[in-house]
Amino acid sequence: MPELPPVHLLINDVAITVDQGTTVASAILIVGIPMRLSVTGEPRGPLCGMGICFECRATIDGAQHQRSCQVLCAEGMEVRTS
Amino acid sequence: MSETWDVVIVGAGIVGAACAFQCVSRGMRTAVVEAKSIGGGATAAGMGHIVVMDDSPAQLALTHYSQSLWQHLATVLPASVEYEKCGTLWVAADDEEMQEVHRKSEVYAAAGVATEILDGPMLADAEPQLRRPLAGALLVPSDAVLYPPCAAGYLMDEALRLGAQLYRRKVLSVHSGEVRLDDGTQLNSTHIVIASGADACDLLPALPIKKRKGHLVITDRYPGFVRHQLVELGYLKSAHSSTADSVAFNVQPRKTGQLLIGSSRQYGAEDTAVSQQTVAAMTERAQWYLPKIGGLSAIRVWAGFRAATPDKLPLIGPWPEDDSLFLATGHEGLGITTSLGTASILLDHLEGKSPSIPISPYLPARFARSVVSA
Repeated sequence: MPELPPVHLLINDVAITVDQGTTVASAILIVGIPMRLSVTGEPRGPLCGMGICFECRATIDGAQHQRSCQVLCAEGMEVRTS
Repeated sequence: MSETWDVVIVGAGIVGAACAFQCVSRGMRTAVVEAKSIGGGATAAGMGHIVVMDDSPAQLALTHYSQSLWQHLATVLPASVEYEKCGTLWVAADDEEMQEVHRKSEVYAAAGVATEILDGPMLADAEPQLRRPLAGALLVPSDAVLYPPCAAGYLMDEALRLGAQLYRRKVLSVHSGEVRLDDGTQLNSTHIVIASGADACDLLPALPIKKRKGHLVITDRYPGFVRHQLVELGYLKSAHSSTADSVAFNVQPRKTGQLLIGSSRQYGAEDTAVSQQTVAAMTERAQWYLPKIGGLSAIRVWAGFRAATPDKLPLIGPWPEDDSLFLATGHEGLGITTSLGTASILLDHLEGKSPSIPISPYLPARFARSVVSA
């Protein structure tokens, strides 16, 4: 199988490069920051990893509350965590 | 077991809780009966809009008076009640509705309620997510929003702290000064206040109240998406209609950043099951006014019952069929707003004092003749 080119994206303005097929949740974990803070300020990250728990929400290309475990990284994507 | 009280209140929604708070504040020995959770019925199903409305002079008087009581109480409400004076924007889609903006502004001014008239560009500035062009809007800055179950909880907690007693039982009957509960307890009082919304008909089938079902949607947190409570002026056509099912654009920003999306009105429904057809009609209406609202995540949808009377005014005061019974129900979609005013004028009436606004338009006796002839 031919190797697919890597994907470049921004997470909170930090440029990172990941393999094709990487979820946004994984990319955020690579950066090592929480996906969001709860209303009481607690850090949140992926719990179920399959789109059920809503704990991994992040803003992706301007759309708030996206489940980052269900979205694959794309070239030029901009991700923001709270 | 038989106990005697100065007053027994049936129902601890926001109206019952407000009555309980008033009663104990006036030194009455007060019992409240509620089998379900405090503020768990129509109180929890509604939006929590503290709004001045002018369908009739009597409605304007009660909503305006009640709003002033909320403004006074707001200084001591706990944060959990999420009271916020965000104002209402009555949105005019076209020139015909803009005429209504001017008419409404004059009526409010005559009643001493300050408003501002916004033209299309001013409205776009105030609410950038609204579709363009729109004709304008009437801003009522004194209107507010709050979280009704917590408001009812606060009023009930205050009543209990001041000595009220809460019975977590179901009421089987109310008659001639006696309230019978489902554990055999009998509460005796010469003043029994029925504040159980549309469920009051289970105890008093002759009440002129019909259930009017409504749906709401709540979204995830999107702070700043809208800033005011937004209501279409076409809402009035919808709310006034006494028969047809209808939906109207009505969106409320919560202090949490969540949005409540309404509204629907439907007679004849017997359960609170969610109708996908109604929700679709409601959200399509919302999307016409707020084109990007469809991109937000909704997290819950539910329905509840308003207690509607034939003349759109609540039933406050003695029930002519039974000297011991007093009503505080029939508030339809305005129970959160008018709960405080209802409690105040009812208790003034009970104590033989002159209420701050005349109680006569709300007296249940206005329906007594039709009840007798029915």
